[in-house]
Amino acid sequence: MTTYYSEEHEWITVDGDTATVGITAHAAEQLGEIVYVEQKDGGDTFEKGDEIGVVESVKAASEIYAPVDGEIVAANEALADNPAKLNESPEGDGWLYKIKLSDTSQLNDLMDLDGYKSFIA
Amino acid sequence: MPFEITTYQAYDFANRRHIGPSPAEMEEMLKVVGFDSLDDLIDATVPPSIRQKDPLDWGGPGLSERDALFHMREVAEKNKVLTSLIGQGYYGTTTPAPILRNILENPAWYTAYTPYQPEISQGRLEALLNFQTMVSDLTGLDIANASLLDESTAAAEAMTMAKRSAKSKANAFFVDENCHPQNIAVIQTRAEPLGIEVIVGNPDDLDPAAVFGAIFQYPGTYGHVRDFTGLIEKLHENKALAIIAADPLALALLKSPGEMGADIAVGSTQRFGVPMGFGGPHAAYMACKDAFKRSMPGRIIGVSVDSRGKKAYRLALQTREQHIRREKANSNVCTAQALLAVIASMYAVYHGPDGVKAIAQSVHRKTSRMAKGLESLGFEVQPEVFFDTITVEVGALQGVILNAGVANGINLRKVGETRVGISLDEQTRPETIEAVWRAFGGNMKDDSEANREYRLPQHALRESEYLTHPIFHLNRAEAEITRYMRRLADRDLALDRAMIPLGSCTMKLNATIEMIPVTWPEFSNLHPFVPEDQAAGYYEMIADLNDKLCQITGYDAISQQPNSGAQGEYAGLLTIRNYHKARGEGHRNICLIPTSAHGTNPASAQMVGYKVVPVKSDDHGNIDIADFREKAEKYSDDLAACMITYPSTHGVFEETVQEVCQITHDHGGQVYIDGANMNAMVGLVQPGKIGGDVSHLNLHKTFCIPHGGGGPGMGPIGVKAHLEPYLPGHPEYGSSVGPVSAAPFGSPSILPVSWAYVLLMGGNGLTQATKVAILNANYIAARLKQGYDILYTSETGRVAHECILDTRPLADSAGVSVDDIAKRLIDNGFHAPTMSWPVAGTLMVEPTESEPKAELDRFCDAMLSIRAEAQDIIDGKMDAENNPLKNAPHTVADLVGEWNRPYSREQACYPAGSLDVDKYWSPVNRVDNAYGDRNLVCTCPPMSDYAEAAE
Repeated sequence: MTTYYSEEHEWITVDGDTATVGITAHAAEQLGEIVYVEQKDGGDTFEKGDEIGVVESVKAASEIYAPVDGEIVAANEALADNPAKLNESPEGDGWLYKIKLSDTSQLNDLMDLDGYKSFIA
Repeated sequence: MPFEITTYQAYDFANRRHIGPSPAEMEEMLKVVGFDSLDDLIDATVPPSIRQKDPLDWGGPGLSERDALFHMREVAEKNKVLTSLIGQGYYGTTTPAPILRNILENPAWYTAYTPYQPEISQGRLEALLNFQTMVSDLTGLDIANASLLDESTAAAEAMTMAKRSAKSKANAFFVDENCHPQNIAVIQTRAEPLGIEVIVGNPDDLDPAAVFGAIFQYPGTYGHVRDFTGLIEKLHENKALAIIAADPLALALLKSPGEMGADIAVGSTQRFGVPMGFGGPHAAYMACKDAFKRSMPGRIIGVSVDSRGKKAYRLALQTREQHIRREKANSNVCTAQALLAVIASMYAVYHGPDGVKAIAQSVHRKTSRMAKGLESLGFEVQPEVFFDTITVEVGALQGVILNAGVANGINLRKVGETRVGISLDEQTRPETIEAVWRAFGGNMKDDSEANREYRLPQHALRESEYLTHPIFHLNRAEAEITRYMRRLADRDLALDRAMIPLGSCTMKLNATIEMIPVTWPEFSNLHPFVPEDQAAGYYEMIADLNDKLCQITGYDAISQQPNSGAQGEYAGLLTIRNYHKARGEGHRNICLIPTSAHGTNPASAQMVGYKVVPVKSDDHGNIDIADFREKAEKYSDDLAACMITYPSTHGVFEETVQEVCQITHDHGGQVYIDGANMNAMVGLVQPGKIGGDVSHLNLHKTFCIPHGGGGPGMGPIGVKAHLEPYLPGHPEYGSSVGPVSAAPFGSPSILPVSWAYVLLMGGNGLTQATKVAILNANYIAARLKQGYDILYTSETGRVAHECILDTRPLADSAGVSVDDIAKRLIDNGFHAPTMSWPVAGTLMVEPTESEPKAELDRFCDAMLSIRAEAQDIIDGKMDAENNPLKNAPHTVADLVGEWNRPYSREQACYPAGSLDVDKYWSPVNRVDNAYGDRNLVCTCPPMSDYAEAAE
């Protein structure tokens, strides 16, 4: 399993042609206390750059942009009742979606951890 | 002693009453700022190239208070106050006297600001939560907002909300032909730029598969009471949403929209104690099912907890709103009708469910007697089932009967060419009913004992309860409600206690004298659709005010229709859009907006179908001219408009404003100059002369209409002559351009405030006020620069009428956030300046001309003492977490509890500026915002919850 990062502050951990997507710890920290997550339903397809959700804190709302093309397999339903999970564990329990990738070559456009670290530095 | 003639002008309103600093104080302040005279300061601040050449002059000095009242009284008396039974959304009502005196006429309520700082707003937040609870109960829906501008705009907002929320992919919206005509017209205006098709028709002909939503009026404008349950089921089967525009008084008797399955309800709470006022202001409401709450526009009050776990109120779900979401917001709505919503909610508290029901029953019984009498005279009365409105077929007699009504002191409604409409209300007396009968040729006596009939069948009546919360069940003694209103007022910090230095909000004096005419019956008791000759005083006042506003702004025509600044933006952009269309350039749809603009700008542009192209700011906070030029050129063929604010939202008179206007015009665009900062320009600079084509004026900022705790407002627009034919019209005046508001002149009953202001000040006084507003801001900047960097200044080092304090370095060096400073200011006895806007992490201060030097100094002392506290943290003398800034605001509960903090009680509670025995005590500790949004509660919580919240 490999984790990639986008300039829109999403992480994507890939296992074959499926993956888990979420927002980075850096993004969660910047947003502050997250109070609401708007998610797409399983089965929805999307292209890279599409808006696939919104994360809201008390003072900001931030769209989630798809880092790759794909299809939503499952949304993390626990976030609806407990959006604070996104602050507590953004890169763990606070994942947003399980997705199916359409084109794994798109991963090459994303950053690795070191790349992302220098991107936000 | 010899008799010396004094030069003191005791009745000089401008310089003695409105402008804060005395001449001697101004001299001291100018020394601090570094100028010899006020005019020198102005010359160094306002670029000479944009200064107006001729002084503002009404042809005489400002009036004394006595003369102004005398003149306004003469004009007011040209309005004829008849009994209006016209209905159509506006009804006679009795404002309970304790509410009139203790809220409508009480500066503790009307001078408050929008409750963005929850700790100092708990009183009006509770009153607004009562409003939401009342609306939620009466409509039978889960959640209500804290008011919208009027019923028609609420209906239009409901349409766009349905578009966002409905799963139906249809693009048409159905409007019941029985909706009030102004509701239909405003919906049509709103729908057209968004490409929504509006189908107006009989609900029986509704094709539910063809629409994403439908709105029905309940009762209908001609009186029909109809159960929409079946239609709503069909809409739901087709994934469309149902909206009901309902009269809240009727809902005291009738089956509620929620019980019929409606998704959204809207309406006006005017008849809950708010006078008709020739059209406004009144509070509209909106309620919806829980599932749609995130799509709802407007402010929503929610319940949260403070840092001690005690119940505390706050604004909830703000991420839906324009100041965060900009063009992605649910709406551009910003100003609401807070003061009017408070009055309506207090009407419900005052009467309780029993009283409201009794009033509704009485209105219905009177209408039944009216109908019976007309039937006995041989007239055909419709409909069979009604609440308070009937329509009578009179054939060729229409004109005769309407005239006979006026002769008997009654205005009836002209319906079509052969019918007459009659709507009764709580003020209707037996004499009124008899006078109507006389107009129809009858000479009967009204006998409520002999005639007790009802025209509401059992199936139309509601069974569910409403107003069940204990707050609506106080003892009915006046002592109880008077003290309740006083307790709430005492929790809040309004202008009657302290300066409110909110940047961009212009919290200037709302002089008592300006408020006096508002409640004169000649202004407050006119129905908006009375025959024109009965409103001659209004027309005269509006014409004179418009003339003076044209002189002030350099524009050629004014529309008083928009009810808020944001609505003015929308109306101005619609005017521009109609202008382009008329010239065959309707394809123009690009709107350039600087990134520093108010969030309402992009939100308004979105509402007229314009695409927002953001323009960068340079390092000095000014519009980046190169970027602006590049984008104007790139979109030259499609450029519709630019929206700029002047002086800039960064509080600076930019030198390049004329260049920006020229570039826009060169590429075929129109220039919208946001008038939010007009208080820095009156008498010095005219937006219509520096390149603007249209501007809105916030009468509730620059022209003294009080903020009312978040409305009312007025946002009239001024335009150059070429745009005048495209200004908003109104169906009652037969105009071809559609309306943006329910009433032709927006909220005319508060126009006497602005009119009084310009009469009292005169051209000279207004100009002096602008200069002193600039002096006050520069004085604060000069005093505070020892503690804080002033973020933006002009090339000459000056700020305009406001300044941004850069508090960001303290976040890095002391861990002190802008929130901490804002909350600590409460301990010092102040409302915080504008927070994190237009630059995140900073404070923007606008003192206005009305604050005397002593109050400015108290504020500066407070800010500097906070800076010193932050320094103690930096120097390690104070704990980084447990300190007065982090723990602010401090409450009595802190003081009487166990004290184990590393600073003294005195330091906690009596910092600089806190006025000793007159100290303002925050009623709650810091409010937990995240808790409130994660656990959303938007109606009055049960009393038992109050204890639980503490755990």
